[in-house]
Amino acid sequence: MATVELRFSALPEHVRTARLVAAAVARRAGVDEAVLDEVRLAVGEACSRAVGLHQSGGLSSPVRVALIEDDKKFAIEVGDDAAVAGETGGTAVGGAADGAEDESDMGLAVISGLVDDVEVLSDDHGGLIRMTWPTAPAPLFS
Amino acid sequence: MDLSLSTRTVGDRTIVEVGGEIDVYTAPKLREQLVELVNDGSFHLVVDMEGVDFLDSTGLGVLVGGLKRVRAHEGSLRLVCNQERILKIFRITGLTKVFPIHNSVDEAVAATD
Repeated sequence: MATVELRFSALPEHVRTARLVAAAVARRAGVDEAVLDEVRLAVGEACSRAVGLHQSGGLSSPVRVALIEDDKKFAIEVGDDAAVAGETGGTAVGGAADGAEDESDMGLAVISGLVDDVEVLSDDHGGLIRMTWPTAPAPLFS
Repeated sequence: MDLSLSTRTVGDRTIVEVGGEIDVYTAPKLREQLVELVNDGSFHLVVDMEGVDFLDSTGLGVLVGGLKRVRAHEGSLRLVCNQERILKIFRITGLTKVFPIHNSVDEAVAATD
């Protein structure tokens, strides 16, 4: 299982909590201090995007954040339920969802500009953004 | 840490001093402030971001929105920022080409393009 898992109601006021927890766990996992600002920003962007998708889709389910400490890397997964809404939500949310898409695209642009290793996936629930950072310094000679 | 906002006037410029974190939760407060200033006839804004600890894309969206509003009145929106971690976000998104970014409030107030 993940080192730390977090589930929060899809409300903007909780995104800061996710940023603080992610940065704390990343620091403990050995992510370089200089990169912690990027971790904080990237996880904030991913969570803001998920909150936006849940709100525009009228979803009451929480946003999921998994912080995974591995041997030489640290990964953060932020999951939303937006794809589920797309299948069952019908056409009523179409207009609002379009607006949310625009804002979430800006967030994705920031994430891909910040994080070298980022994947936009989907799981059983919906969309999943997976971001990975190294935790050990790269060897001088390989 | 929440968002703090204060405004003052220098000549025809209105300085908006922002402190704390601008994110998805607090950005609407900054948007309200900028909208209110423009509605009240302040079209030359200087947003002082030296006290900002965190800025995300929601905050960038609000600043771009503010720029659009003042431009509709042939106004200006200048930023004051020396913090590398904040400047980086403007660079990643290409917004350094959109906003005039100054080292100090004095420099921003004196700037005329």
